Amino acid sequence: MTSSEDSGSFFIELCKNPIRFDPVDKNTNVFYDDANKQVFTVRSGGAVGVVVKGPKENDSSTFRIESRGDVMSIKFSPDRKILGIQRSPKSVEFINFGDDMSTDQLEYSQACKGKSTIISGFVWTSPTEIVFITDHGIEFYQVIAEKKSLRSLKTISLSVCWFVWQAESGILLLASGSLSNSLNPFQFRGGIVTKLAKFEVDLPASTKPPRQSLQERDVSMALLYGQLYVVVLRHQPRPGTAAAEIVLYQIMREGPARKTNILRLEMSGRFAINIVSNLVLVHHQTSRTSVVFDIHLDGESDGYVHYHYPVVSPLPIKPFKLLLPSLSPQADKMEYNCELYSANWVVFQPNVIIDAKLGCLWYVELKLDPLVTMIPDKYRLVKLLLVRDDSKRVILSVCRNMLLPGQQANLVSIAKIFDMLNKVYQQYLESECQNLATDSGVPQRSRVIIDQSDMYTHVFSVFEDNKDIKYKFMVAVIIEYIRSLNQCAIPVQHYLYELIINILVPNNCFYQLHQFLQYHVLTDSKPLACLMLSLESVYAPAHQLALDMLKRLSTANEEIIEVLLSKQQLLPAIRFIRSVGIVDTVSSRKFLEAAMNTEDPRLFYTVFKFFEQRNVRLRQNPKFQPGEHCEVYVKHFESLFGTDALAHIQVS
Amino acid sequence: MGTKGATRLVSFFVFNSNYGPREGEEHKKILFYYPKEEDLDNKIKNIGLCEAIVKFAETFSDKPCQSMHTQKMRHLFLEPEKDFWAVMTVSIPFIEKQKEGQPYTEYQEEDVQDPVYEALLRQAYRMFQVCTSPVYEAILRQAYRLFQLFNGTFCHILAKTNNNVDVLKQRLDHFYSRYLQTLRVHQSDIIDIFSGIHFMPLDKNTYLRVQCFINLLEARFPYIKYTAFMYNDQLVWSGLEQDDMRIMYKYLTTSLFPSYQEQELQGTSSVSPARTTTAQAIHYGKFVTGPPDINDENTLGKIPRVFINSEVENEECFLLVYRAHNASVCMLINVANTMTFDLCRKLDGFLGPQLTQLASDIGEQYSKRVTTSGDPPYRYIYFNHMNLAQKTTVHTDNKKSSGIHIPPDTLRLLTDISADMSKSSEDGETIVKTFSDNWVVGKKSDQREFYVVINQKNANLIEINGNNYNIRMN
Repeated sequence: MTSSEDSGSFFIELCKNPIRFDPVDKNTNVFYDDANKQVFTVRSGGAVGVVVKGPKENDSSTFRIESRGDVMSIKFSPDRKILGIQRSPKSVEFINFGDDMSTDQLEYSQACKGKSTIISGFVWTSPTEIVFITDHGIEFYQVIAEKKSLRSLKTISLSVCWFVWQAESGILLLASGSLSNSLNPFQFRGGIVTKLAKFEVDLPASTKPPRQSLQERDVSMALLYGQLYVVVLRHQPRPGTAAAEIVLYQIMREGPARKTNILRLEMSGRFAINIVSNLVLVHHQTSRTSVVFDIHLDGESDGYVHYHYPVVSPLPIKPFKLLLPSLSPQADKMEYNCELYSANWVVFQPNVIIDAKLGCLWYVELKLDPLVTMIPDKYRLVKLLLVRDDSKRVILSVCRNMLLPGQQANLVSIAKIFDMLNKVYQQYLESECQNLATDSGVPQRSRVIIDQSDMYTHVFSVFEDNKDIKYKFMVAVIIEYIRSLNQCAIPVQHYLYELIINILVPNNCFYQLHQFLQYHVLTDSKPLACLMLSLESVYAPAHQLALDMLKRLSTANEEIIEVLLSKQQLLPAIRFIRSVGIVDTVSSRKFLEAAMNTEDPRLFYTVFKFFEQRNVRLRQNPKFQPGEHCEVYVKHFESLFGTDALAHIQVS
Repeated sequence: MGTKGATRLVSFFVFNSNYGPREGEEHKKILFYYPKEEDLDNKIKNIGLCEAIVKFAETFSDKPCQSMHTQKMRHLFLEPEKDFWAVMTVSIPFIEKQKEGQPYTEYQEEDVQDPVYEALLRQAYRMFQVCTSPVYEAILRQAYRLFQLFNGTFCHILAKTNNNVDVLKQRLDHFYSRYLQTLRVHQSDIIDIFSGIHFMPLDKNTYLRVQCFINLLEARFPYIKYTAFMYNDQLVWSGLEQDDMRIMYKYLTTSLFPSYQEQELQGTSSVSPARTTTAQAIHYGKFVTGPPDINDENTLGKIPRVFINSEVENEECFLLVYRAHNASVCMLINVANTMTFDLCRKLDGFLGPQLTQLASDIGEQYSKRVTTSGDPPYRYIYFNHMNLAQKTTVHTDNKKSSGIHIPPDTLRLLTDISADMSKSSEDGETIVKTFSDNWVVGKKSDQREFYVVINQKNANLIEINGNNYNIRMN
């Protein structure tokens, strides 16, 4: 969290260090290339200089180009080796750049096909491939930098009103038709153009012509939860309604895009859309507020389309102060309050806001902490947080707080939240297993996983720290968590059992504990058995319960012998080693020592004879071997019963 | 062979010597005496005899006298609270025989086993402590419904009523005059000694769901202090301490549930389970104790009070029992809370749908499990001293109401073996062959007792011993 005093009431922020550039004026033009995330400041047509700034500090470069008229569009190829400049509706010029951004400033040019054709823009689809979008369709070229020439790869004819390019997915969307509402997606991948099924965006029914056509500024593309959507802003979806809405069309691999979600804005006026961490952020200029939508949260559904309302009430972006060189001699810097939702703002996908007059480029950021108090429904809150980046800390603190007296959530929502967390945890474990099995390391989208140790250290630790929580509630919460883990078939770690035992025992709930063990709610393990052993002094049956558990484990024979011998239960110990068939391997010394300690000569005699018989069976000789270190017990035996009582070798 | 006299309850009385220390005031010692019709002189005489025996025995042992054997009678003594003695006298069964033309009576002394009757006596006291029958006239008609008003210890009653002995006498009379009628003295056996609990086998996930359901119930309705969950006559979960649950289990399975089922069968209950008229979802839940009809606000029904010692001694609680299908939830609510119809309605709204679902899920598991085949070659009784878990295939059902599968003398033999083994803290095993050609194996190990009766013709000891009756149980 930032130290600002009112940071709690804003969850949308502009990044601390905006990219600064020379503001637009009559000699300076500014361009933003959203594919490479670069700002171009072009002064006097480039003759004075072009400054390029990218998201990283060292990304900026300066160079000159020949001034041959106003620049309409300027973009680097994805590898920054070739610069494309459009100065006329007929052609695009190219300049090659070296690794150190040096340039020979020699331009080569490519004109579009056809006399009447007008280039409305161009996009780089690969380091060496470029697409011209014209009013007659698209022209796909390969740029051969070393030859300073281009080769036409493909031309597609289509009447185009405007276009939208989405660089990550390589999808170009072309609008056609008299109302520009016929959208044609093309996919560019590896030098191949694939035409995807076109679809129509339904326009609001208008009673009197002319009908408003679909505007370029109302359409964008966004990646949400790994799916590509066409985002359409509808200002007046139905006659009589003033509230605007956003319609999402999901681009499908097969078939036309499908209308899947409608986001209800409940406002009208000028809007701008950003996508931050899979959330749809809508800025409303009139009210100077923004709203957030999450299509992952359940909305109302009519079976086809999900309807969503803002996750939280409209809130402004956090005020932003810019430090400017001071005009007064007293201070060298002065604070300048940037105007938010300014008319000079231009919004780019996914998360860029540019104020060209101010010369600022910000990334919009989302703060999760303030959301915690804004969403009272903890289930919705956690559901929202669980699919955000870096939300683990916030989720854990939400989970912890919902166990605190005063803000305690009810068990039903706690159970639902546990189920949700564990479902993700289970999917993660399963995919881990599959990755191990197939060994094909397809890296998973890094999702937030809340595992048992996180819960133990960060959430259930609240029980240690806060003594006002009723033990019944603590038990209920942990049992709920264990139930949820079991239902997801996730093996429960023994420290959770330890935790529940440590709550039950001080509250004298031994019978409850007993029942949990009886129904194997607490899974058998050696540590658990040891814990049970330690409880014998407060709950006598714990001893037997621990022994039963060790016996069920069947890998704890040594421990069982130790336990029995420590209790001087020699005969049960001997019965036990007989029942599991390890008579020949146990240490006779250990048994004889325990037998001697009982100070019961009869018992000592019995145990001694038992091992003498073992010796006879193993070696045809009742004597103990020197390695067994039993001399002291043999002496003890002799002192009690005399030398004659010792067994002798049977001579037959 | 002549006629046989069965074991029968001759008398049962409760006295406190301190109440009539002076001569001529001996009758004041009597708190309860069965049979009532007995002549007062005889009552005084019998009590006097018992006092004398107890006192006399004190000179020989630190342990109080437990029983007195005579040719025709067996006296059993119990001092449940200081100076309060409960004494039970049962008759020794006998056979009328002819010997040299003369009729004579042969008493079957060994048929009356002290441990069994000591257990019965203890249970009679605990039952009283937990509950007695209600004052409501209407319910008196149902002889079976015995235990509805709850008492606490003798001392507790006295303390509550300013040492009014008459109230205690009244309560004792009220309870025991009915309770003793239901006591089937001649049918008592080893099961009464164990007085165990039959646990419902459930898989872990279903069990955890039951757990969470109860946690939710107790969180939603915080005045519910303890909860027990039963399926049929089997316990799934108890929030009560073991000792309380033991007697509660006895009460529920031998009294409340059977009488409720009887009532259900007779159709006297006016409630139809499917409430389609109301807006809520259809469920099959209803109160066993509590409002007989959730749509009729006029009657809260009969809600018994019980005395629980789980947290503190003599905590008086309402016992509210709710059932859907075969699953019952027993809720204990401290009497400091007032029972209102509104509360019951809220409980019904919460419990009904959830319990119906849970019960049918458990039922599914249960029906898969109950696929026992024909006549097994052996019968067993199992008892776990740690958690009181008990299982029997010797009796036709867990309530031992309808009969046993082995000869009575064999069943008595089990009691003898158990008594023998209880004398030593060491584990042990006993194998016995009966006259009726049954083999009986008794085993005590790791705080558990296990008895197998094998009906295998011509089997010898080695075969029986070699047989591995390793039946896995709780």
